[in-house]
Amino acid sequence: MSETKHILLRWKDVKADFRKLAEYRKHEGFEGLKKALAAKPEEVIDVVKNSGLRGRGGAGFPTGVKWSFIPKQEPIKYFVVNADESETGTFKDRLIMETNPYQLLEGLLIGAYAIGAHTAYIYLRGEFWDIAAQLDACIEEMRKEGLVGKNILGSGYDCEIYTHLGAGAYICGEETALLNSLEGKLGQPRVRPPFPANKGGGLYGEPTVVNNVETIANVPWIMTHGADAYKAIGTEQSAGTKLYCVSGHVKKPGVYELPFSATFRELLVDICGGPSVEGRSFKALLPSGGSGPIVPLNDKVLDTRMSYEDTAKIGTIIGSASLIVMDDSVDITWVASKVTKFFKHESCGKCTPCREGTYWLDKVIDRIMAGEGSERDITLIENVAKNMAGITLCALGEFAANPIIHTIKQFPDDFKQHVKKDGKAAKPVALPAAGD
Amino acid sequence: MAIIGNKKYQERINEHLAKYPDKRSAVMPLLYIAQEEYGWVNDEGIAEVAQLCDMDATQVKSIAGFYTMYSEKPKGKYWLQVCTDLACALRGADELHHELLHELGIEEGGTTEDGMFTAEHVMCLAGCDRAPMLQCNFHFVEAVGGLTMAHLRELIAAARQDDKTLQKLIAKWRDEVNKQVQQS
Ligand SMILES: Cc1cc2nc3c(=O)[nH]c(=O)nc-3n(C[C@H](O)[C@H](O)[C@H](O)COP(=O)(O)O)c2cc1C
Ligand code: SF4
Ligand code: FES
Repeated sequence: MSETKHILLRWKDVKADFRKLAEYRKHEGFEGLKKALAAKPEEVIDVVKNSGLRGRGGAGFPTGVKWSFIPKQEPIKYFVVNADESETGTFKDRLIMETNPYQLLEGLLIGAYAIGAHTAYIYLRGEFWDIAAQLDACIEEMRKEGLVGKNILGSGYDCEIYTHLGAGAYICGEETALLNSLEGKLGQPRVRPPFPANKGGGLYGEPTVVNNVETIANVPWIMTHGADAYKAIGTEQSAGTKLYCVSGHVKKPGVYELPFSATFRELLVDICGGPSVEGRSFKALLPSGGSGPIVPLNDKVLDTRMSYEDTAKIGTIIGSASLIVMDDSVDITWVASKVTKFFKHESCGKCTPCREGTYWLDKVIDRIMAGEGSERDITLIENVAKNMAGITLCALGEFAANPIIHTIKQFPDDFKQHVKKDGKAAKPVALPAAGD
Repeated sequence: MAIIGNKKYQERINEHLAKYPDKRSAVMPLLYIAQEEYGWVNDEGIAEVAQLCDMDATQVKSIAGFYTMYSEKPKGKYWLQVCTDLACALRGADELHHELLHELGIEEGGTTEDGMFTAEHVMCLAGCDRAPMLQCNFHFVEAVGGLTMAHLRELIAAARQDDKTLQKLIAKWRDEVNKQVQQS
């Protein structure tokens, strides 16, 4: 795949160290910002709209449309970058910030200019301690060259960028919980409306845009090369390239940047080298970490393009593109249990169906895992899960229902083999061994 | 010592307070400073942070309790957090976690008698391609091909020698990982 064009990992194509401002500037760095500052804010929004760029935080919302919701007449607005990256199996934003920090900062300034914000925050998960320090250092480098602060590049536009570290709570990746956390409140989601873009709904009540790191890191390239060039990459409804995070049972796990038109086979077989252990075959795939529906990793899935529209056709989502691959040694009951424990731990406790539901799901799966469950337990957890979806304050309630609903749908035997037959305990779940 | 009036932190405290239009927003960074000074988030730290952010101590305490990275009890000098979430567990993280506890002679979340190590398991740390991996005092510890017990024994021995030896070891593994990333 040597002809692959990188947008987010451009340093790979030009073989330069983009952690250095001078190197970044030598290779188109801050050209997009210059173009943006020479244009009107609404023109910048139009370019991003026309590019077809969609949010990479999971939901795939059109970025330019999101920016256009910000009311112009409000004097104070904020731009916030979501660098919470806590979804199981996700490690792409980290790579952008570690290897291409200026492209994120440039994209952020373009976005802030487009919506008329003069203050921007980057909210990083607490564990990104070293990355926050590196970004702070980058911002100071930019200050020396007039790229941040007052009168950026002589344009008359001012913008300050600050980093803010979270402290270990997955829910703070949800945008309204993130805003609460940034305000020094408990990191729990807010009731909507008002939405963050509305007066009363954003940071300190002011209209606010929240975008994922990867989303924003696309923006400089779009400004430099134009909306059409960007739209030409990928598929009809999924423009551009995507960072795919691959983990689990493949020979070469890692982050790979590919156009949305690439198939799972190109990535998992051609690039990642297929199953990690000789003699085993692929069994299952979680394409969007713990939160999206699990699918059997068969030929049909392998030949599916990794776009928003194509993954929907096979009953799952591309979401944050956190591909967790499992070979045929894995019992999906164990996977469902792992993921359920994650959501039980991360439920913020604000709504009853999510708080109580994750607790019960975990308890019953533990029973099934031990070989002590019954057929009725499977029906029970399916009902609990179905009752959680769609009635909670944020999408975590739905995420937590997915592992149960989709395991029962796609891998019914994996659950059934562990339930009691005629009152006799069944075989407990075997755990994966080290070194697999 | 305190954090208020402590020269060591003065500049950082002021910087954090200046970052936000509302002092309350500084509660998280200031709790980290309190934790750095006292080794955990104790009542003195809470009271000082409350004073700096114009909040009630009970509010600050509830914030500290909400997040897992503020410790509500004293910790060892090195806080080892092993990821045992799905992607890491597919590559043997549960076993590594148990062996580590066994090697240190502690229970989950416990601290060694010499006060050197606290160990526990945590959820995904965004290092799944280098599974299994861990964090030591919030810094990534990752190696090409994933951490093994051999790595962890080396890490424990290095830390027992002195902090410099430990940091050098972690940096060496880190360089190997970075080289792999640049070449990929
Ligand atoms: C429980 C939960 C966790 C989330 N975690 C993240 C996250 O870690 N990073 C992220 O960018 N978006 C996360 N999101 C999505 C954000 O709420 C929001 O949609 C996103 O930051 C918008 O940016 P985008 O339009 O650029 O994707 C999460 C959503 C939910 C419901
Ligand atoms: S759905 Fe769960 S995580 Fe989301 S607000 Fe409700 S309790 Fe909190
Ligand atoms: S699952 Fe361990 S770092 Fe992601």
